[in-house]
Amino acid sequence: MSDIALTINDTEVKAKEGMTILEAAQSASINIPTLCHHEKLIPYGACRLCTVEIIRDRRSRLVTSCVYTVEDGLIVKTESEPVVKIRKMLLELIWAIAPGAQSIREYATKYGINRTKFEIEPTFCILCGRCVRYCAEIKKKNAIGFIGRGIERRVMFFPDIAAEECPKCGECFPLCPTGVLPSNYAIAQMPYFTWEGKKYFI
Amino acid sequence: MPRLNSAADLERLRQEILAQRDPNKPCVTICSGTGCHAYGSEKVAEAFIKEIQRNGLQEKVDIRRTGCHGFCERGTIVVIFPEEICYLRVKPEDIPEIISKTLEGKLVDRLLYEDGTGQKVVHEGEIPFYKHQSRIVFGSNRFIDPKNINDYIARGGYSALAKVLFMAPEQVLEEVKRANLRGRGGGGFPAGIKWEATRNAPGEIKYVIVNADEGDPGAYMDRSLLEGNPHSVLEGLIIGAYTIGSHQGFIYVRQEYPLAVENLAVALEQAREYRLLGTNILGSGFDFDVQVHRGAGAFVSGESSALMTALEGRVGEPRPKYIRTAVSGIWQRPSNLNNVETWATVPLIINNGADWFTSIGTEGSKGTKIFSLVGKVNNTGLVEVPMGMTLKEVVFDIGGGIPKGKKFKGVQTGGPSGGVIPEGLLDTPIDFDELTKVGSMMGSGGMIVMDEDTCMVDVARYFLNFLAEESCGKCIPCREGIYQMLKILNRIGAGDGRTGDIEQLEEIGEVVRDASLCALGTTAPNPVLSTIRYFRDEYEAHIKHKRCPAGVCKELIAYYIQPEKCQACLICLRNCPAEAITGGKNLVHTIDQDKCTKCGVCLEVCPPRFDAVVKLSGIALPEPVPPGTEVIRKRGREK
Amino acid sequence: MVQELAKADQAVDKHGGDKNALIQILLDIQRENNWLPKDILTRLSQKLDIPLTQIYHIATFYKAFSLVPKGRHAVLVCMGTACHVRGAPRLLDRITEFLNIRPGETSNDMRFSLNTVNCLGCCALGPVMVVDGEYHSNPPTKEMEKILAACD
Repeated sequence: MSDIALTINDTEVKAKEGMTILEAAQSASINIPTLCHHEKLIPYGACRLCTVEIIRDRRSRLVTSCVYTVEDGLIVKTESEPVVKIRKMLLELIWAIAPGAQSIREYATKYGINRTKFEIEPTFCILCGRCVRYCAEIKKKNAIGFIGRGIERRVMFFPDIAAEECPKCGECFPLCPTGVLPSNYAIAQMPYFTWEGKKYFI
Repeated sequence: MPRLNSAADLERLRQEILAQRDPNKPCVTICSGTGCHAYGSEKVAEAFIKEIQRNGLQEKVDIRRTGCHGFCERGTIVVIFPEEICYLRVKPEDIPEIISKTLEGKLVDRLLYEDGTGQKVVHEGEIPFYKHQSRIVFGSNRFIDPKNINDYIARGGYSALAKVLFMAPEQVLEEVKRANLRGRGGGGFPAGIKWEATRNAPGEIKYVIVNADEGDPGAYMDRSLLEGNPHSVLEGLIIGAYTIGSHQGFIYVRQEYPLAVENLAVALEQAREYRLLGTNILGSGFDFDVQVHRGAGAFVSGESSALMTALEGRVGEPRPKYIRTAVSGIWQRPSNLNNVETWATVPLIINNGADWFTSIGTEGSKGTKIFSLVGKVNNTGLVEVPMGMTLKEVVFDIGGGIPKGKKFKGVQTGGPSGGVIPEGLLDTPIDFDELTKVGSMMGSGGMIVMDEDTCMVDVARYFLNFLAEESCGKCIPCREGIYQMLKILNRIGAGDGRTGDIEQLEEIGEVVRDASLCALGTTAPNPVLSTIRYFRDEYEAHIKHKRCPAGVCKELIAYYIQPEKCQACLICLRNCPAEAITGGKNLVHTIDQDKCTKCGVCLEVCPPRFDAVVKLSGIALPEPVPPGTEVIRKRGREK
Repeated sequence: MVQELAKADQAVDKHGGDKNALIQILLDIQRENNWLPKDILTRLSQKLDIPLTQIYHIATFYKAFSLVPKGRHAVLVCMGTACHVRGAPRLLDRITEFLNIRPGETSNDMRFSLNTVNCLGCCALGPVMVVDGEYHSNPPTKEMEKILAACD
C-alpha cells in the first residue's frame, strides 16, 4: 500500500492508501467531531457531523470524512465556515431530540450551542445505529434493528432474541451517545413464561 | 417460433412478417395503456371483437391493442388503419356505429377531434396536440401490440442490435459518446461516459440496470414506454450490455405498475424464444439475460445506489456516492444504471447515427425528451418534444393552455427535486442546464401546470410532505431538517406564520442541501427555495396577513354565501356533508363557520346563474344576516 | 397457520431459495396472503438464513407490505402532484369521513383498507379514487358513497 500525502488544516499528513480522511486526521491528532462512528464498526455516514471541506483542482466540496478515502494532494479543511455552519445546524437539530445529552453537549459547547430554536421533542434516539451495527457486525446476534422509514424510523429490540441475548451481553449499552439505550431495553424487555419448550410473551 | 442464429435470419424473419401483412388491410387499433384502460379500453376492445364477429368480418378486419398514444385527456383512443382515422373518447356504445360507418366509407363526426374553431381533424398526426411534437421514441407505441414481438420486428426492431453485435464494442461506445445522450432519469449525466467508466472498471463481471422505478408523482412516461414498447428498452439494454461487456441485466420496476411488469415478462419470454436474449445472441457469441425485480413502494429506492442495494435483497437505502457505482455497484461490481427512456433512445442512435441525433436539440442537450404534461392544462398527456422548445410552446401550443379560462401561474418540473417556473420565464428552453439555471431541473419528465387557484405555499408543503414520508431516515440533515422545514410550512399554511420563517426555511434548507447523504436530501429544499424565489409575496401574504391568495389553505379560507345573491334553491343546504348550512324556502342560506369543514361542495353545486358562494381569505367575514331573512328575488332573466 | 407457512415455503422455492430475492419473495406472499404474519417472517428468517431484523426492516420500510390483516376492499386515492392540484386532498377528506378510517388504516369490520398512492399514471382523470382496481375519476360525494356502500 503506497503512501499518500494530503494536507489537513494546513498540516501535511502522511496516510496509507485506503484510509479515510477521518482515520488520517486521527493519526495526526486532528480531531473531527463524530457521533455515529466507531472504530470497530463499518463507517456508516449517518450523523454527518464529520463533514469536512475538500479542495481539489481548485474545486471545493463538502464530504463526510468517515467514508471518503484519502487521495494524493488532497486539501482538507475541518473547521472552515461552511463546515461549521453545517455542524451548528446539525447540533441544533440533534439537541431538539436529545437535549443536554452528554456527548452532544461537549460538541455543542465547542460551537457555542446551548439551546435550540426548534421545538424539543425528546426521543433521545438520534438513530446513529451504533447499537444495531454492533449487534449485527460484532456480536452477530441481531437482537436489535431498525424499523420504519423517514421520521418514523426507530430502533427496536426484538423480544424473542433480546430476552435471550441481552441480559448476558449488554455491550452496546455504553455505545449509545445519548445514554438512553439501557432504559429502552428495559422497556422492551417483555415478561414471558415457557410452556412445552416454547416462549409465550405476556 | 424460429430461433434466429444470425443477423440474416432476423432480416429474413422481418421480410416474412411483412409479407404476411397487408398494409391496406383494415386494422382497428385500440390504445391500451393504463390511462385508457382506466377509461375502459378493454371493454371497447371487447365490443369491437364482438361487433366484428357479428358482422362476419373476422378475416377482413384486424384488431390490435397498442401501447399508449399519449393524448391521455381524450382516452379511449381508437385509430383505424390504413386511413389513420382517429376517434377520441370512444365508449363501447359507439362501436356499432363506428363499424357500420367505416364499412360505408364514412366518418363518425362526433368522435373526431375538434379544434377551437369547430374544425374537425381526421388524422391523428394532424391534431395540434401531436403536430408540434417530435415523437421519435414514443411514436412507435401506436403501431405496436406490446404482447407481440413481431410488431416490433416488422417496424425494424432489433436491427440496431444486429448491427451492433458485429461491430467492435469500442465503435459502439464512440457513437453513443458522440451523440451526447444525457440521462433521461433526472441526473442528465452523459450515458456514454458512464458506459465507458463501467467498461473500463476492473472486474470480469459487470451489470447493466434499467431504472423503471419512476417515483416522481405526476410522471408516468417510463411506465407508458415499458407497457407500450418494452422491446425498445430491451434492445437498448442489450446494446449497452454488449458495449460494456456485461452478461447480466436487471430491470427494476415499481410494483405499482402491474401492466408494465406483465408486458415486460411477455416481451422477455418472446425475445428468449427468438434467441434475441440468452446465449449466443444472433449467432454473435454474445450471452446476455435479464432478471426483473419489482420495487415494493419506496421513492428513495429509485436512487441509483439505493436501487442497487435493493437488488441485493437488502433495504433500499442510498450509499455515499464517493465511489461511483460504475466502479462498485451491485455486490461491489461495476454496474451501469440508466433510465428507461435513455435505454429506449439507444437503438435510434445506432440506426440513424450520432450526427442525426445531435442535429436535434440544443448545444448541451441533444435529442428529444418525453414529458408528462399534467395538472391545470387542457390537453393532459404524454408529449415528446425536441430539446430547445420553450416551455410556453409546450404548455400552450401542445397543451392547449389553461382550462376554464384561468390564468397561468407556473409550471413545475423535476418532481420533488425541482422547482416552479413562473410566467415571466416561460420562454426558457427545455434544456438540462437552462432549467437548472432558473432554479428547477429537467428531472424525469413530470411537467405540472399550475394556475391562479394553486397556492405556492401549499405546493412547497406538498413536496416536503412527500419527501418527509419517503426519506429513508438514515441521515440527520434529511430526516430532521426536512421535518423541521415541514413544521414551519404547516404553521404558515395554518395561519400561524411568524416573521423570520422564510429566513429560517432558507437557513435549514442550505444545510439539508449541503450535508445530506443522497440526492433526495440534497435536492429536497428546491421546491421550497424556488417558490420563495418567485412567489415570496404569497408566503408573506400567508405570514403577515393570514391570507391565502389562491384560496387553498383550509385554515385561511372561509366559504361564504352572499345574502344578496342567494336565491334559496336549497341545493347547497341539501348537499353539505357537515350539515352546516341553515336556511329554507325563500330564506337566505347561511354557513355555520364552526361546523364548516371547508370541503367546497357548496361552491361546486351553487348554480352558476346565482353564483352566490365565494371563498374569502384574509378578511373578516361580514356579520351573518338574522335568521329568517328573506331572499331578494331577481326579476326575470338578466338582460 | 400451517397453510400460511406453506405459502412462505412455496414463495421461497419459487425463487430458488435465493437470499437476494427476499423482497420479491415478500411481495409474492403479500399478494397471496394479503398480509405478512409474524410467523411467516420468522420462517423466512430461518429458511433464507437472514437476520429477523433485516426482514422486519424491509417489511416496515416498504409501503407494499402490511404487518396487519388488510380489509376485503382496497380503496386507493392518488396523491400525485397532478391530482393534488386538481383537489385530491378534498376527495381524500370526503372518503375518510365516509369510511371513518384514515389512510393506512383498515375498518373494524375488515371491509375496507384505505391507502394513498403516488401517481397511478392516469393524470387526465385526476383526482382519482380506485376501488378494487376500478378507477373512478373525480366522483361527486353522492356517487363516491354509492360506490363504497356497494362493497360487501
